[in-house]
Amino acid sequence: MSTLTLFKNVTHWKTGEKVTVAVEDGVVIPIPRRGHEHARVLEAPQAVLAPGLVDLHVHLREPGQSGKETIETGTRAAAAGGFTAVACMPNTVPVVDTPAWVEWVLARARGAGYARVYPIAAVTQGQKGEQLAPLQAMARAGAVAFSDDGHPIESAAMMRRALEYARNTGLPIIGHEEDPTLRVGGVMNEGFTATRLGLRGLPNAAESIMCRRDADLAELTGGRVHLAHLSAAQSFDALRDAKRRGLPVSGETCPHYWVLTDEAVGDYDTHAKMNPPLRSEVDRAACIAAIADGTIDCFATDHAPHTSDEKARPFAEAPFGIVGLETALALTLTYLVHPGHITLARAIELWTDAPRRLFNLPEVDLEPGSEADLVLFDPQAEWTVEPELFFSKGRNTPFAGWNLKGRVLATMMAGRFTHLAPEVDFEHQLVLPAESQK
Amino acid sequence: MTMSVSAPPAPAPVSAGPFHRYSVHSDARHLLGLEGMTRDVLLALLEDAALEREWLRSGAPNRADLAGCSVMLAFVEDSTRTRMSFEVAARRLGANALTFNAGASSLNKGETLLDTMRLFEAMGAQLLIVRHSMSGAPAYLAQHLRATGVINAGDGMHEHPTQGLLDLLTLRDAWHGEFEGRRLAIVGDIAHSRVARSAIAGLTTLGAHVTVCGPGTLLPADVELLGCTVAPTVEDAMEGADAVMALRIQKERMEGGLLPSLVEYAREWGVNHERVALLKPDAVVMHPGPVNRGVELQAAVADSGRSVILDQVANGVAARCAVLKRCWQACREAA
Repeated sequence: MSTLTLFKNVTHWKTGEKVTVAVEDGVVIPIPRRGHEHARVLEAPQAVLAPGLVDLHVHLREPGQSGKETIETGTRAAAAGGFTAVACMPNTVPVVDTPAWVEWVLARARGAGYARVYPIAAVTQGQKGEQLAPLQAMARAGAVAFSDDGHPIESAAMMRRALEYARNTGLPIIGHEEDPTLRVGGVMNEGFTATRLGLRGLPNAAESIMCRRDADLAELTGGRVHLAHLSAAQSFDALRDAKRRGLPVSGETCPHYWVLTDEAVGDYDTHAKMNPPLRSEVDRAACIAAIADGTIDCFATDHAPHTSDEKARPFAEAPFGIVGLETALALTLTYLVHPGHITLARAIELWTDAPRRLFNLPEVDLEPGSEADLVLFDPQAEWTVEPELFFSKGRNTPFAGWNLKGRVLATMMAGRFTHLAPEVDFEHQLVLPAESQK
Repeated sequence: MTMSVSAPPAPAPVSAGPFHRYSVHSDARHLLGLEGMTRDVLLALLEDAALEREWLRSGAPNRADLAGCSVMLAFVEDSTRTRMSFEVAARRLGANALTFNAGASSLNKGETLLDTMRLFEAMGAQLLIVRHSMSGAPAYLAQHLRATGVINAGDGMHEHPTQGLLDLLTLRDAWHGEFEGRRLAIVGDIAHSRVARSAIAGLTTLGAHVTVCGPGTLLPADVELLGCTVAPTVEDAMEGADAVMALRIQKERMEGGLLPSLVEYAREWGVNHERVALLKPDAVVMHPGPVNRGVELQAAVADSGRSVILDQVANGVAARCAVLKRCWQACREAA
């Protein structure tokens, strides 16, 4: 018994046209000719239908840190944010650095079922930067990329070997770009706010120097480098230069870098503490410019849940990271699309087609035959961020109380609704008129 | 089965922030820093400190301004002069002052700072005087404790507001009560100095200028945005200044690769007689102590008639009396 679902009279994310899309047995199908009394019909002319969003950079915290998040709560949060697929980082306890742990994450994700989970495996054993992890075997087990995220690969020689060794797999190495010798105890962006608060700074150059190093190593080895969570103006320049040189280098940035500056730290607000840190207004503007001119290849959230206790520590002792899955789309619409920096279609592309292409994930579109991984959202609907309503275990967001414009109404994975906003109402029966079924 | 979409949630204007600033900064029960303190409050505190200084000098018996007040001196980072200065001030005003020894405490058994301080609150401490190596620790405690007033006795590289007040009181004397148009030169390790940050905040609020100088490795990013100017050399900074403050150089700075040697520092940045001659004729020489004689301050300068280092120490007790009274009064009003 399969249920027919009709997204009736919705706006196509790319063409802007009003369309009706039918889903049955987990895939998009041609609109059936016959009437369907038992169809689930979602009619929302103000809403946009798009392929489900993809987040290439999340921390699901399993194995080992289920107090912060689990694969189940993390993917449930992803669904609430309009995501149907996430790639999860291996800096767990223990580190995902063996094929067995890759398989464990995949098995666990199948049980949770709110989003497709693509494991990212560690580059080096224990993410210690000393010895390569079994990259080929982990790729066969299902890893989609390699990263020591959370830690930089300090040694250029180790990064070189990793790129050479990973070349066979065709998978990228994701760089957490941070020169550890320039980091020395830094807890926020180096600049006026850090000086005012007497906190040790993390300079832009700590990030950009490593971006340039890894671009050169990509040239040397022919291996693919993906630069994670770029924050500094000089890093966007480094990525731009790498592309001009035709190198196999790509890069992502996150919503907080185009919305916030280090001023948000205010008086030691740990909800504005993440690594890389919030930067200056110059960097924020450079981030938007790099998005607008196509330098940035895709968006990601760097969703990093922590417990309230951990974030309630004094600033220097609180962990780095904020949650991002449930605010990402609204922050994209409110701060990039509505002000006119990029079009709606481009913004959605950076959350959908772009990351799927980068990581060779199955393509999704609204045409018959496509996997029915979809998101329906109202770009104009306004809502207030209330962390206590998050599906994530993490409440650590700097956006609590913010009013944002753009709201996820429904998320569907493989034809099954994984999220429905409270205002989506199943009760009213609506029979499709014949003419709209063409 | 059919779905429709009902009206979206009530629209509200799209807005950012507000960014989180502790309301505790405007709460008179606490003294967390001189940044953001108004000119009127600063001047009133200085006026009161000057009066208390007269009383302290007179050798009159202890008073009862803080009778019934339990003051906990929580010096999680070591200190001699600041702790003793607070202790003298609190006892002279009739408070019940207790000192917490961090070394042998439950903080070393894994208890969090907040839980330890909550113990003191539960034991009835009404004012908590905190010295901590972590910037923001007093502001953090002020935000999380319910009833206790928090006085910052120096937090990491952030602020040392009672030191700032005693420096202001010292300059008030040297400058005959007039801050407008006057200029203090601060020489040395600005990056790691809470003393410098409090002095800059207080003096700029009162209309004086501050020039900072020091090795490039010891100047923090965007320091001029604090409202001071940066001089390229110690001579440029001191030329025509109305006072100079030499900051203590920590030996660890050499290990961190921030300085080549103490000899180099003394030669290039030390406050010596030749450099003091560049100051205005009536200018004074200050130092928050303890002094590394022959490093940041030539011994002869420290002992000269220009030096007001011991006045600073005496002023510290008076300034802390004024602060304790103000915070205690606010605590009682809030109760």
